Amino acid sequence: MAASRDRRGQAWLALALLAPAAVVVFGVVLYPALRALWISFFDVDSPMPGAYPFTGIGNYRDVLTDPLVWTAAGHTVYFTLVSTAAELVLGVLLALLMNAPLRARWLLRAIVIVPWALPTIVNGAMWTGLLNSQYGPVNALLTQLHVTSHYISFLGSPFLALNLVIVADVWKNTSLVAFFLLAGLQTIPHGLYEAARVDGAGPVRAFFSITLPLLRPTIAIVLVLRTMEAFKVFDIIYVMTGGGPASGTQTVTFLTYLKAFSDQRFGYGSAMAYLIVVVILVLSTIYLRLLRQSDMGAAA
Amino acid sequence: MSVRNHPGDGGVSRRGFLGFSAAAGATVLLGSACGAGGVGGGAGNGTGKIRALFMKQAGYSESDIRKMTAAFQKANPKIQVDVELVAYEALHDKIVAAAPAHTYDVVLIDVIWPAEFGSKRIVTDVTGKVSGGIRNGMLPGALATAEYRDHYYGLPWILDTKYLFYNKAHLRKAGVDAASLDTWDGVRAAAKQIKSKGVVDTPLAWSWKQVEALVCDYTQLLGAYGGAFLTPDGKSAAFQTGGGLDALTFMRGTIDDGLTNKGSITWIEDDVLKTFSQGQASFMLNWTYGYAGANDPKASKVAGDVGVLRTPAGPGGKRPGVNGSMALCVSGGSRNQAAAWTYITYLTGAPVQDQYATSSLPCWHASYDDPEVAKANPKIVPIAKEQLADLIARPQVPRYNEMSQVLQAQLQRCLAQGADPAAVLKSAADQAKRILA
Repeated sequence: MAASRDRRGQAWLALALLAPAAVVVFGVVLYPALRALWISFFDVDSPMPGAYPFTGIGNYRDVLTDPLVWTAAGHTVYFTLVSTAAELVLGVLLALLMNAPLRARWLLRAIVIVPWALPTIVNGAMWTGLLNSQYGPVNALLTQLHVTSHYISFLGSPFLALNLVIVADVWKNTSLVAFFLLAGLQTIPHGLYEAARVDGAGPVRAFFSITLPLLRPTIAIVLVLRTMEAFKVFDIIYVMTGGGPASGTQTVTFLTYLKAFSDQRFGYGSAMAYLIVVVILVLSTIYLRLLRQSDMGAAA
Repeated sequence: MSVRNHPGDGGVSRRGFLGFSAAAGATVLLGSACGAGGVGGGAGNGTGKIRALFMKQAGYSESDIRKMTAAFQKANPKIQVDVELVAYEALHDKIVAAAPAHTYDVVLIDVIWPAEFGSKRIVTDVTGKVSGGIRNGMLPGALATAEYRDHYYGLPWILDTKYLFYNKAHLRKAGVDAASLDTWDGVRAAAKQIKSKGVVDTPLAWSWKQVEALVCDYTQLLGAYGGAFLTPDGKSAAFQTGGGLDALTFMRGTIDDGLTNKGSITWIEDDVLKTFSQGQASFMLNWTYGYAGANDPKASKVAGDVGVLRTPAGPGGKRPGVNGSMALCVSGGSRNQAAAWTYITYLTGAPVQDQYATSSLPCWHASYDDPEVAKANPKIVPIAKEQLADLIARPQVPRYNEMSQVLQAQLQRCLAQGADPAAVLKSAADQAKRILA
């Protein structure tokens, strides 16, 4: 009896201690989210408080019928697929390298973490400088190696610019992927490899039959994280191209920002933001389901 | 989370806790949001702290602004000014995002925003405060910077337009006479000659990035070719035919002829100035600050070789400069509007503007006859006197930014991707209909 009262007292103490933080967290997360949902049903064209006409699902209809949105969605899907795939492949290679018994392994690991430690804004500014059409080192290198005959305006043609933004993104985020995978690699028991070697399996066979299957849960986590992050890409585009040239690097989040803040169409912007949330929810549900399946697969 | 639901232990369930905190959080925020509603500005007592937002690009430099502010505080010790600077590209959105939070008391706005900001009360109507002295003393073109529908929303501070700068040494080497730069056809011919003599591979540099800078360059050319943005009733676009189309055809032509540096598609004015200052371009269209910048031996390889001219004329002889002026405004949410106005009148006053005339030309009639001002900028002032009297404005419409974005995207389809000028402008005009309606 006394123990139960004690326990109840403890629970209330815990609740009291957690309440302030919970109020802040939920207030900061939930309130703006609900407020944005509310705004998405009105034609809000100013940041100032006031009465704005109710439009129902008008904003959602406008978003879904706007050709600009679909073009931007195309860029976003391309960005997400290519950057996530590249980060995964390079991340696996890098993780294997970092897991190998090299002499200066600590140094390698320290170097690999550097790109991820850079703020995205700095990374974007750095790549913009590297790719500069007048004094960029990339241009200098390519012309001096006689790969190109003259300096190229790398960020001046839409499709090339989109791919180079992907390169900048991959350069930075591969580190994160590699470290996740490294953690996964270290959980694989050595005995498995030794047994495989005894059975006459080479390193390639070992990779595909042992490493990859056992890495699956980690890969799934990394995929969830990176797909969602890539889908929300904004800052590197803002810094490197501003959505140009010819809107060729405009992604859905960038367009949302333009519509909401530059055009002051907050209702339209909120509707667009909610549609993005829906897409991300769908994506993460699919991924999490896959993840659970692979978890069970690993457990079995 | 350690609070768990063990059946029968009498604790608080996780779900219950989450629900409780969600409700509490939402209530707290809703309460505070309701309390903070309303525009909520006030005159204040004319003293105390104010925050001002400026831009870090063209016009007055950061150190100019800090020096002006220090001098102001010396003269007005009861007002403290916090100065913040952002890139031009971030200025509009920063003003919008900060407006409901009343962050700034003074904001610098571009000539294209009074319609938008004024109608949404993001900046205050100061018509009653603009004295006869200001009305008579300032250049009419300058005063119009912050005017929308006969109301004033601020005082002009940066009076600017784009001039044609050229590299004298390049012209000499190619045997081009500067007098031939009086028209755009002349500029194109000169660029061809410079290219063919091998002086520079791409003599023309422009700020054609997909931002407002592109519209500024386009506006100046549209003016030269005798075009107009809108029909006289202001209800539909007019840039898709006549001068507007000729201007874009000219722009595209300079790319096809290999005269325009392709980097231009990614450049704003600062990048153009850098390229010109490195001697990698023979011509640039740029604001007043470009003259001091390109002539600064510390930052430029072409210092001393910089010539400046009025913007070239089109086939009809027209040559208006784009109105690139900016004004200082009291923000709608400021609770210290009296102090903000004192600061604005100080910065926009003739003595301060005359003192910093090399960065940006004064907005006052009398300044142009002041020998000190002419001495500070002997090359620009005589040219500016003529060009500032002949300006072309970008369309004064409340949804200007949307229209500008449409135009930027379509212009770039032509410039970066080679799409047909008539087709892209027609597409822009179709999209503009919805925005102008």
